[in-house]
Amino acid sequence: MDFLYELAELSINGALVGLMYALVALGIVLVFKASSVANLAQGALVMVGAYLTWASMELGGAPLWAAIPLGIIAMFFIGRGIERVTLRRMIGQPVIMVIMLTLGLEIMLRGLAPAVFGPVKKRLDLGLDTAPIIIGPVFIDKAYLMTGVVALALVALAAIFFGTRQGIMLRAVSDDQTASWSVGIPVERAIGISWGLAGVAAAAAGILWGSVQGVDWTLSLLLIKALAVAILGGLDSIAGVVIAGLVVGVLENVAPVYLERIGIAGTRDVVASLVILATVIVRPYGLFGREDIERV
Amino acid sequence: MFYRLAGVRHTTYSSARQLYPIPFDRYLLIAVVAVAVAAPFLFSPLALNSYLLPWVIWSTAALGLNLLMGWAGQVHLGYAAVMAIGAYTAIHSVRAGVPFEVALILAGLASAAIGCVFGGAALRVKGLYLAVTTLAMQSIVDWTIVHVPAISGGSQATLQAPTLQVLGWPIDTDAGRYWFALAICAVVTSFLLNVSRTSLGRALVAVREKDFAAAIIGVSPFKYKLLAFWCSSFIGGVAGAVLAFCYYRAVTPEQFHLEVSIQAVAMVIVGGLGSVLGSFFGAGLVLLAPIFLNNFVNAIAVALSLPLHAEIISHIPLVLYGALIVGFLLYEPLGLAKVYDNVRNYFLVWPFRHARH
Repeated sequence: MDFLYELAELSINGALVGLMYALVALGIVLVFKASSVANLAQGALVMVGAYLTWASMELGGAPLWAAIPLGIIAMFFIGRGIERVTLRRMIGQPVIMVIMLTLGLEIMLRGLAPAVFGPVKKRLDLGLDTAPIIIGPVFIDKAYLMTGVVALALVALAAIFFGTRQGIMLRAVSDDQTASWSVGIPVERAIGISWGLAGVAAAAAGILWGSVQGVDWTLSLLLIKALAVAILGGLDSIAGVVIAGLVVGVLENVAPVYLERIGIAGTRDVVASLVILATVIVRPYGLFGREDIERV
Repeated sequence: MFYRLAGVRHTTYSSARQLYPIPFDRYLLIAVVAVAVAAPFLFSPLALNSYLLPWVIWSTAALGLNLLMGWAGQVHLGYAAVMAIGAYTAIHSVRAGVPFEVALILAGLASAAIGCVFGGAALRVKGLYLAVTTLAMQSIVDWTIVHVPAISGGSQATLQAPTLQVLGWPIDTDAGRYWFALAICAVVTSFLLNVSRTSLGRALVAVREKDFAAAIIGVSPFKYKLLAFWCSSFIGGVAGAVLAFCYYRAVTPEQFHLEVSIQAVAMVIVGGLGSVLGSFFGAGLVLLAPIFLNNFVNAIAVALSLPLHAEIISHIPLVLYGALIVGFLLYEPLGLAKVYDNVRNYFLVWPFRHARH
């Protein structure tokens, strides 16, 4: 029984972390859905979102209930700004250029934010109490529980959003940009909104992750986990993000513990990369993605 | 002005097809090569060891990556991992008693083999997937090196490189190591200068421009993309081995982290995709700019007596690489090579600017 309890504890906590990965990956999926552009800047956006929220609380003196919406709104406009200033100029360029551009943004922000706000790790206190919840012999980390539930709610919100008028507009644009244009949908605006929403997802993820592990540049390392989740889920599927987030989170929490017992230590960091590699080899369109990925 | 075109008439096919049909370009090349060869006598040991040597080695690496990114049009975000495989293979082979020349080839082959395993997996798909798979390759190779004691010699270990020995001659002077790196660089450069004139180069460009169009005219995209991966990884492995033996003279996992991959990508993009000259420019700017910017920021901090945290200094290169990549992609997507080309085109017809077409 001990074995089962241990597995349950690892899985539940892993799943909750996975939901938070899913929130980061949501930004990648939103942008890919609308414009088929790879958003490799999502890790840095998460970090910037966390820094901005921290700054409005600590430097601006805003209370918590104001700082969170402030951070989210600021990130919406930063996301739109990035699209307007850089990506709109890249329309029609080869995909390698766009990928490199977002990666360039990622590493620029990764260096810039600590330079502006100082390199010391910041505490972002959401006022959650951290005592674990104990169900029988299973310990559940309360901070992860709260943040995981919030993350799930936000992903659900994104799924609902795609049923609204704006959301349908985004879906049309993701399906066929030229056709959307011809029926009068403002394609540039739709892509801009998708980047804004990626910023919102990044801000939410940044606040949640910042409250768990503190705010510094290491938040941008979430990029690789988010990419693993997005690719496993299938890049253009919101449901896929949740499922893949759970899978990656559980794998990352469970596998290293058992591997360590058979003598392979420290596998935690490499799980996400192996998930990416396995997905690309076995099922490149992911669990729920559309199968029309161009093959060579 | 400098580039006199008057009197340059080609009467044979071989003269029309030569690499540098304009005499001034040839003289310039000869002058640059002469300065490069005589560098140990011209420059101080400090300049030779900390600027010229890394520049030459990194240019070699950038050329290898440019073959993949510029000619074949594939993204590779794990080039440092490829170089790491080369460096570790070379060091372990030489320590096991293999002559250095053979170890260098082994380094290239090991990098090419492992690079192709990842490349082959990634080439079934393209674009974002390829980028992410190479990113995964970087972290998997990093992890393997750190966690397998047989490779890294234990965690946090540094493997000292044995003395360089080429064709039986021990090379233990700064100048000798520099000349060796320069010779490798020259071989790689001449390969890349000529690759555009071969069927391989033309096939790569065809695949880059439109892969299914290439497939229709009988150029197998998968085969040529894999070949590009193979060549590029081979060059990367050799460059990694040269970097380990001639520059660091030791090897640790930290030398080949993700930041180094990004640095290599920045070199190619800043220099110019698909340009040999650009790879040299890009490597130079990306290597030297952070040094000057660091000094500059330090000077400002001292002048204004601001306290400057060490970690901020360590983040400056990242900001710079990012800004360079973004700036060049937005404003000069063909990089420094294009800037040079613009200047050259201006002087080609100077002062008759109206004659430019």
